[in-house]
Amino acid sequence: MARTSEVIGGKGRVFTDEDASHISRIEELSYDLKIREVMTTDLIVVSPKMKMQDVLELLRQGRISGAPVVWQGKLVGLISLEDLIRSMVNHELHKNVEDYMTRDVITVKSTDPVVKALEKFARTRVGRLPVLDPDGYLIGIITKGDITRGILFALHKDFQAEEIRVYRASHLFEDIVSDRTSLIMRYRIKAGDFTHGGAASANIKRALLRLGANTQIARRCGIAIYEAEMNQIIHTDQGGLIRVEIEPHRILMQAIDDGPGIPDIDQAMQPGFSTAPEFVRELGFGAGMGLVNIRRCVDKMSLTSIKGKGTRLIMKIYLQPEDSLKENNDRSLQEEDL
Amino acid sequence: MKLSQIIQIANGVCHTGPLTQDIEIKGGFGADLMSDVLAAVIPDAVLLTGLCNPQVVRTAQMADVRAIVFVRGKQPHPETVEIALQENIPLISSPFGMFELCGRLFQAGLPSLEQTVQQEGHGQDK
Repeated sequence: MARTSEVIGGKGRVFTDEDASHISRIEELSYDLKIREVMTTDLIVVSPKMKMQDVLELLRQGRISGAPVVWQGKLVGLISLEDLIRSMVNHELHKNVEDYMTRDVITVKSTDPVVKALEKFARTRVGRLPVLDPDGYLIGIITKGDITRGILFALHKDFQAEEIRVYRASHLFEDIVSDRTSLIMRYRIKAGDFTHGGAASANIKRALLRLGANTQIARRCGIAIYEAEMNQIIHTDQGGLIRVEIEPHRILMQAIDDGPGIPDIDQAMQPGFSTAPEFVRELGFGAGMGLVNIRRCVDKMSLTSIKGKGTRLIMKIYLQPEDSLKENNDRSLQEEDL
Repeated sequence: MKLSQIIQIANGVCHTGPLTQDIEIKGGFGADLMSDVLAAVIPDAVLLTGLCNPQVVRTAQMADVRAIVFVRGKQPHPETVEIALQENIPLISSPFGMFELCGRLFQAGLPSLEQTVQQEGHGQDK
């Protein structure tokens, strides 16, 4: 993250790995957010011909500590409380703004990321920066307060976006009326695809959480499916299919493949029994605990296999009324009825 | 214990810059066997491991592990970092070995979040 060196290392300090590790979403946002998104456009500006006396009145009434000086649409200076105090000390309140204003104004471009403004605040210790559009006209002003507000607002939006996803999903079963509603998800698992191993399980776990499953249920499903997914990646010839059917009262997970099949299921279920090759063990798998772990995580498990034909693993987790994915879990119909 | 504190004790280098270190870690778990992690880790732990492949992150995600520390200065594969960033699981490398690091963290007050194997039969943790 070398780009951050400008900010944190702004005072000539060396940017270390430790600094890099402290980069947060907030810092990321300071690159994503543009100055025009957070600046104030409701501007109070003064003319260079205005009397300092009137500036005093303006700052007092507007409760502001400074204002840009504009002549024919272009920014020509900045007048601040400090300048006003200087003119008062000199008993020169009758003089014009142009006599006391700061002419070398540090500005930022409206199209720059917020971090540009932060850099300038850090380097110059000024409290506000006039914002110019690409043609050099003054269109706004930015303070540290504007940046804080803008970032907080963006963080809030991040948070809301996930909240809405969760909300929509968790009401799925309530919103759709049928005698028996279920959501079916299918995932193709490729044999030998270790890089993507676990991607299906990750998506299933995420879906469950969004549907409102509690973390313990999501975890049990996640672990069971992950072990099944890894089994398909490690052991099958052509990969397999994972199918998950979610209902308010029950989660049915199936892992189906077409070979090579398990010769002796009782033996395969023994803790520590494994036929995984050495390279799989080096990945941290193949300790012969997969099926044992699955059995521990689910309420009902059945494993059938025909050598040369394939394997079918069926796992069920029942949701107690309090864990149900629907608040009102009316189950007058039995599972077998439909 | 805060993750930032764990990183300090571990002399750690973080590989997942944008992720916050201001998260609460309830305890630790050390393993190189992913099925051991899946079988016995209690949620909200930091995982200490010598494995660096993407499966470590997937395992962590499934088992509600909050952060991963690679022992003996091991560096995660780029795909591992990519998945970790995506799934919001901080990755740290520590120069210490497994025993040394477990000891240091334990001594600093980080408890074990590992379910002990039951002597007879299989543990049911439902």
